[in-house]
Amino acid sequence: MHVQDLAALEGFKAEHSELENWEITDAYCGDLLSDVMGNAPSESVLVTIQAHKNTVAVASLAGIRALVICNNRSVPSDMLEAAKEEDISIFTTKDTQFEASCKIAKALGRLDAGTD
Amino acid sequence: MQEIPINTYNSPNVILELIYKLKIKDVMTTDLVTATKDTPLREIQYIMRERQVTGLPIVLGKRLIGIVSMDDIIQALDKGYIDEKAQDHMTRNLIVLEDDMPISFAISYFDRFSYHRFPVLNKHKELVGMITSRDITSTLLVEINREIEDLEKRTRTTGLSEEMSGEIHTYSILKHDFENAGYASTEIKKRLKSAGIAPHVIRRAAIASYELEMNLVVHSDGGELIAEYSPQTIQITARDSGPGISDVESAMTAGWTTASEWIRSLGFGAGMGLPNVKSVADDFAIESTLNGTTVVCVIALHPNQEET
Repeated sequence: MHVQDLAALEGFKAEHSELENWEITDAYCGDLLSDVMGNAPSESVLVTIQAHKNTVAVASLAGIRALVICNNRSVPSDMLEAAKEEDISIFTTKDTQFEASCKIAKALGRLDAGTD
Repeated sequence: MQEIPINTYNSPNVILELIYKLKIKDVMTTDLVTATKDTPLREIQYIMRERQVTGLPIVLGKRLIGIVSMDDIIQALDKGYIDEKAQDHMTRNLIVLEDDMPISFAISYFDRFSYHRFPVLNKHKELVGMITSRDITSTLLVEINREIEDLEKRTRTTGLSEEMSGEIHTYSILKHDFENAGYASTEIKKRLKSAGIAPHVIRRAAIASYELEMNLVVHSDGGELIAEYSPQTIQITARDSGPGISDVESAMTAGWTTASEWIRSLGFGAGMGLPNVKSVADDFAIESTLNGTTVVCVIALHPNQEET
């Protein structure tokens, strides 16, 4: 999938999204930035509630291309500025991390391994 | 006389790969000029001159039945039978190659036999092309050029990391300066990227520098992050002026933390920092007293290359 496909997911709002045709091949879910730093795959989207500037730094270093901020948390302006500078897209949603992850998994075609 | 000075036993690997990878059909001429068994030798002589070829395959439909070479024409002129038909004087005892064979076969055929060209048949025994040593050498030259270009590119990358060698960058890190946290690591990452270092190596350096940088922000009274580049390694040093780690052994244990609730709510202080740094480092050392802590982490820039 591509960054632009995230914008199309129900309830996802693009706060900043400019490199829309960048490919996203994987996703990671986490709020511990050390864990994200160490384990998130590159070219991925991060599902998190950490709505602050440092998340952008971690994303940039780990090669994460988009952030999905859950639970209706708002994105502070310095975070948005940092994201623009680092070419990282940010989406917000009312969804919980679980709900958001499900939608992304479906978009990534990862649900066929399940029991349904 | 047509010898191609490449052999199949002690040539460089790149060449060996090429001569086994390239098939005769990739190299041969498929724009064929042919004649039939009834074509007079004199006409064949004209065709040869016009098309500038030194041998003409004689075909029956798609089947190869002989070859008339320049030598055959010279003989015919000499002995006065130039107006006779091809079938009476063509060479019938032919050595042929198959289009699916690697060109190593063709090379050894040119070495072994004195022919200037070989007809090429497909698996249905139909004539599909002709191959000369010139076809082989020109294709090989193109391919070798390409390989050398790749090699040069790779050496240039190593060259870049050599250019970076000797550089030392020091970044001051202030206590609880979350505003600028990550700046030093991003700079280090950019430097490595511009030197063409492999992405997985950059990732390791990014993890180490970011964890060390965040440690300085979260735990220290302030300090510095130092990146030193050598041709083979990057050494990242985090040095602070206190307060020191009271229990280094525990600090190296995943999950052990002294971070406050506030720090942890930001997603830091999970007790994974130092263990993360150690896990990505090729060399790691930590020393701590009440006057400060120094962590040194070394990462090899070209881990897949043999040591020179």
